[in-house]
Amino acid sequence: MDLISLNDWSGDDLIALLDLASAMKAVIRRPIKKVPTLRGKAVANVFFEASTRTRNSFELAGKYLGADVINFQGSGSSIEKGETLWDTVRTLQAMRLDAVVVRHGASGVPQVMAEHLEVPVINAGDGTHHHPTQGLLDVMTVRERFGHIEGLTVAIVGDVLHSRVARSDIEGFVRLGAKIRLVGPPSLMPSGLESQHVAVYADLKEGLAGVDVIQVLRIQKERQQSGQIPSLREYHDRWGLTQAALSWAQPEVLVLHPGPQNRGVEIDSQVMEDRVHSAILDQVENGVAVRMAVLYRLIGGEGVSA
Amino acid sequence: MSQDATDWIRLEGVRVIDPFRGQDQEGEVLVGDGTFQEPTLSPRSRVRTMSGRGLWLVPRLTDMHVHFRSPGQEWKEDFRSGSMAAVHGGFSVVATMANTDPVVDSVSLIQWQKAEAKALGLVEVVPIGAVTKGLGGEELAELWTMEQGGAGGFSDDGRPVASSALMRAALSYSSTMRHPIIQHAEDLELSHLGVMHEGDVSGRLGLTGIPLEAESAMVWRDVQLAALTNGRLHIAHISSLGALEALAWAKSRGLKVTAEVAPHHLFFTDARVGAPAYDTATKVNPPLRPDNVRQALLAALKMGLIDAVASDHAPHHADEKDRPYAQAAFGISGLETSLAAMITIGLGEAEMTPLALFERMTRAPHRILGMDYVGVVAGARADFALIDPKARWSVEPGGWYSKGKNSPWMGTELTGRVISTMYGGHWTMQEGEVVRCAQL
Repeated sequence: MDLISLNDWSGDDLIALLDLASAMKAVIRRPIKKVPTLRGKAVANVFFEASTRTRNSFELAGKYLGADVINFQGSGSSIEKGETLWDTVRTLQAMRLDAVVVRHGASGVPQVMAEHLEVPVINAGDGTHHHPTQGLLDVMTVRERFGHIEGLTVAIVGDVLHSRVARSDIEGFVRLGAKIRLVGPPSLMPSGLESQHVAVYADLKEGLAGVDVIQVLRIQKERQQSGQIPSLREYHDRWGLTQAALSWAQPEVLVLHPGPQNRGVEIDSQVMEDRVHSAILDQVENGVAVRMAVLYRLIGGEGVSA
Repeated sequence: MSQDATDWIRLEGVRVIDPFRGQDQEGEVLVGDGTFQEPTLSPRSRVRTMSGRGLWLVPRLTDMHVHFRSPGQEWKEDFRSGSMAAVHGGFSVVATMANTDPVVDSVSLIQWQKAEAKALGLVEVVPIGAVTKGLGGEELAELWTMEQGGAGGFSDDGRPVASSALMRAALSYSSTMRHPIIQHAEDLELSHLGVMHEGDVSGRLGLTGIPLEAESAMVWRDVQLAALTNGRLHIAHISSLGALEALAWAKSRGLKVTAEVAPHHLFFTDARVGAPAYDTATKVNPPLRPDNVRQALLAALKMGLIDAVASDHAPHHADEKDRPYAQAAFGISGLETSLAAMITIGLGEAEMTPLALFERMTRAPHRILGMDYVGVVAGARADFALIDPKARWSVEPGGWYSKGKNSPWMGTELTGRVISTMYGGHWTMQEGEVVRCAQL
């Protein structure tokens, strides 16, 4: 079994996985974190695209569970020496790994890789397609705060077009019964994501009205260069999450950001540091917990709603 | 099935579907000395009589848009493999695009390509010359000189003539010639980084989209330039609603504007990119479109708004397709499925008559490329395909003659199979086997 997108799993599977992640979170809060659950298993982090946060998170998740973890960077490696992607995959297979965690800049690579590999493939982000463990940790963070997902309204604000996080969040939250609002400039909204559970808004105030959760997406400078937005300043003025904008949501609103943040662009410092509403550091901690749960489920996990 | 070169061939009870004469009737066909002969004639040579019962005879199937990749990219295709693929697909005439390495932008390369094809003796190759030197989009190539050397048209295919001023100049110049400017219409800024049709499926798969308007905006510009210049414009692989409207506008004004459509745009939709997901055999430019566009293209072909069918045969080596979707090469190897795909979809879903369908694959490309042919008439060169219209078969590119096995039809069942192909009075393919090739 692989984890390419959250749609691979049923709602019950997701709930079971989130419960497992909560148990894992208790483990990493112990003074001695390491457990022998995956002792003797080997996991490769294969990152063809630069990443600090997600790679560290997967590496720690594997190590806390007692697995051996190797990191394979796309740059400065055999990839740059001209080896094809699929030859790299065959090489990994020959090393008898038990799971491959992959990030790639091109959408679809983990899925095709999974067809080539017998061992589980875990998508750690592919192009502008999916980032399922990010979706899981977002759902986990919200579920911790509200106790449930069903009936909530989640606003995802920003560059949805280029966001793999948004696509995974939509799958995770919708599967568990939440409503989604996509909010941002029309030039950064893809077609094909709207449904009876997903609505699109161009106006921030309308989009945030009464929502329970706000996921703020990172806006990249190159969107300005490509003409999709006029300037980062104007973007901030229209779609940046300020204290004032926060007041349009429901009073107990939870603020998420997948990081890394551009303070003063898509999110203000005051909002980030707002202890009541911001759950940004919870997301990071939960990231390790859900990745432990995923590894356990895929390579060590009997009895987890299998 | 051995045959002396001097033997004549009599086909009895064959259904002759001849768009050149506008006739579709069962009859007898006699071939001798390289040409069709009056069936009533009593030849001096030995005559082999064959039954054509249940078969269709279609003269001079023509694919006016193929890539034979030579010179320079022979790992993808060459004249030998490309010609064999053409006759395996039933074709007698193909027009080869100029985006080779070096680019076919001079009369010497036009003549070299014609000589290569002639030495093989399988299929008539009509080289298309480049519109601009080196496909650079900056200076016109020597169009008239290439025409004198046998070029059948001019195209920078693979990329558009992007400059409005240069396109105006090319169309203006073409008004003095017999052959068209064939435009690959694509606004490269609108399609920038795109790898599939922009729509619901691209949004879901996270692939960068190419909007319909990348094509239609340029086609509208081009038809206006055709009006300005009275030039000959042919729109390659048309794939958008806006381009169909521009084409209808141009035709209603009596402009010298024509268009072709590729079988894959009539057969598949962008949903095929998602099932199975990221199958690079579906990556093609222009991209597979949604079903409403596909149906509109099919209807336009049926009513004759779109003049011709052309495969845009674009063979690639497996290594060039076996990559992440965004990095894989664009193109579909289409010569060996084109006819069956069109029988399946054109006669099936679109309910065209065989005569109308084959007109788009024979007479129309002849007209567009300024070529003369009279059809199944005594004295005309005997070029034809014999087709079993009822045969059902599953597409297995592994057995193809083309070096390019890149086909979204792999594993698809199609109806209609070419049984044999004759070129210049000789069998070039029989029972699926290419039988005459100088270098075999």
